[in-house]
Amino acid sequence: MNLDTVLWLVQDGISNGAIYALLALALLLVFAVTRVIFVPQGEFIAYAALSLTMLQAGQLPGTVYVLVGGGLLAAAYEIAAALRARATARLPRVLAFYVLLPVAIALLAWWAAPRKFDLWVQALIVLGLVVPLGPILYRIAYQPLANASVVVLFIVSMAVHYALTGLGLLFFGGEGLRSAAFSDAQFKLGVVNVTAQSVLVVLASVLVMLALWLFFTRSLYGKALRATAVNRTGARLVGIPAELSGSLSFLLAAFIGAVSGVLVAPIATIYYDTGFLIGLKGFVGAILGGMASYPLAAVGALAVGLLESFSSFWASAFKETIVFTAIIPVLVWRSLTSHHVEDEEE
Amino acid sequence: MSALLEVHELRVFYRKVEGLHRASLRMEEGSVVTVIGPNGAGKTTLLGAIMGLLPSSGAVRYAGADLAGVPTEARVARGLCLVPERRELFGELSVEDNLRLGAFQRVRHGERDAMRDLAAIYARFPRLQERRAQLAGTLSGGERQMLALGRALMAKPRLLMLDEPSLGLAPRVVRDIYRIIADLKRAGVSILLVEQNARAALQVADRGYVLETGQITLEGSAAELAANPRVIESYLGLSARVSQTL
Repeated sequence: MNLDTVLWLVQDGISNGAIYALLALALLLVFAVTRVIFVPQGEFIAYAALSLTMLQAGQLPGTVYVLVGGGLLAAAYEIAAALRARATARLPRVLAFYVLLPVAIALLAWWAAPRKFDLWVQALIVLGLVVPLGPILYRIAYQPLANASVVVLFIVSMAVHYALTGLGLLFFGGEGLRSAAFSDAQFKLGVVNVTAQSVLVVLASVLVMLALWLFFTRSLYGKALRATAVNRTGARLVGIPAELSGSLSFLLAAFIGAVSGVLVAPIATIYYDTGFLIGLKGFVGAILGGMASYPLAAVGALAVGLLESFSSFWASAFKETIVFTAIIPVLVWRSLTSHHVEDEEE
Repeated sequence: MSALLEVHELRVFYRKVEGLHRASLRMEEGSVVTVIGPNGAGKTTLLGAIMGLLPSSGAVRYAGADLAGVPTEARVARGLCLVPERRELFGELSVEDNLRLGAFQRVRHGERDAMRDLAAIYARFPRLQERRAQLAGTLSGGERQMLALGRALMAKPRLLMLDEPSLGLAPRVVRDIYRIIADLKRAGVSILLVEQNARAALQVADRGYVLETGQITLEGSAAELAANPRVIESYLGLSARVSQTL
């Protein structure tokens, strides 16, 4: 193993690690705000990556059906709730978000697909297709159970994961797809060839993290999400609705998932069920970081990326085994040094 | 004149145990009403039910509207605010962020200049201004109570409910808190005050209720209650003895 190989592996590890770091942040955010262990986070990646590839092929991605169908289902929940509470004033806004917006985006995708626009435009359309899925999923699967225990919410997450994977198989088929790269450029940095694609991945991840940091430290809504994460009762007492924070955290998670999917589409072959494994590695990163601190989770995820890239060089057959086994010593060490995190205060 | 708050036969169950048994009370706009009673009488439960934090039966009418089915955050938007006994601050956020979040409902409903009230809060609590960048979790007990009060005031409450505002605080801080309560009363804020410290509460209140084992057992003007032999024996006598031993 020479220096070239090491640097190449580091580059590979860092660009994968950057994506895992984004996912780790999304998982932490959703867990802190809603107590949901968000297993389907990976599905956003697969949906985004596969939608992008289908748009490149000039086909209408099946995501539009999931989006419009899910939006209608969420709207049905809202209408039922509004009728029960006899509060119909909110309905127009709700219907605009759950019905009009998905239909509009679906029509846009349908119009744009055969025209084969530039990759960047297609990436934007993919964001439009995938991001609204976050709040829609929250409304359908989680909001009605907002007060359930962590275990119940986890089981719901597994169900949502299987449902979305099944729909993915239905709409995208079982074939693996890989999108064209945003740029084929390469340049030499010392002895190593750096691909523009991996620079883009790292750059985009850093930008998204920076944007999230600004959102959480500067905007009132970002602070409201943090407030909900640290004290749920306090958040209710200042008038932050639990549904609003839940919906917002799922929106951010879907956004992060969609961005990751777009970034990963050109560097890996994605199947309808690949997202789960990628999401799981983000989860490992979050656990390495202690499931509490965002910077530590990002560092943990980066470590996962590096570990994965080096183990695929030395023992590619055991790549996943090595990555997932790495959790065990960390968990043992954490259980010995830190005190137990309570399930719920009440 | 119709009452600002009218609680009618409110019942709260914790599983099979009744925490509150058909409690009724009413208060006029601009008044200070206190609910006194021993530990475990259901005082916190009463406030939690009025705020919509606990499921209850019976009726709560506020500002002419029935609050049945209205979620807590919508009650906050209507000017109903609770400073809970446990303060429920956001410990990992700065003092100033805690205060800003107090105005969340106002900002959400399009009040753009809500943050201007920060200056008024800092004028009232200079201590909070000194500590504005500090994390709320690092404050002392008295400062935490002031922050909880300040955060509630940022919501511009029409009815402010205070749960044991003096609990566990040094006598000097308790005096400060009660001075602020008197100030707020002069400013026209209606206050529902729950206290074990009956002496202080009855001094500032217009009316009072005695809550014992989940039931309202006595009610009257603050002066009447302060002169009632049973109140003197059970609450004022006890607190007099306690304050002597302190």
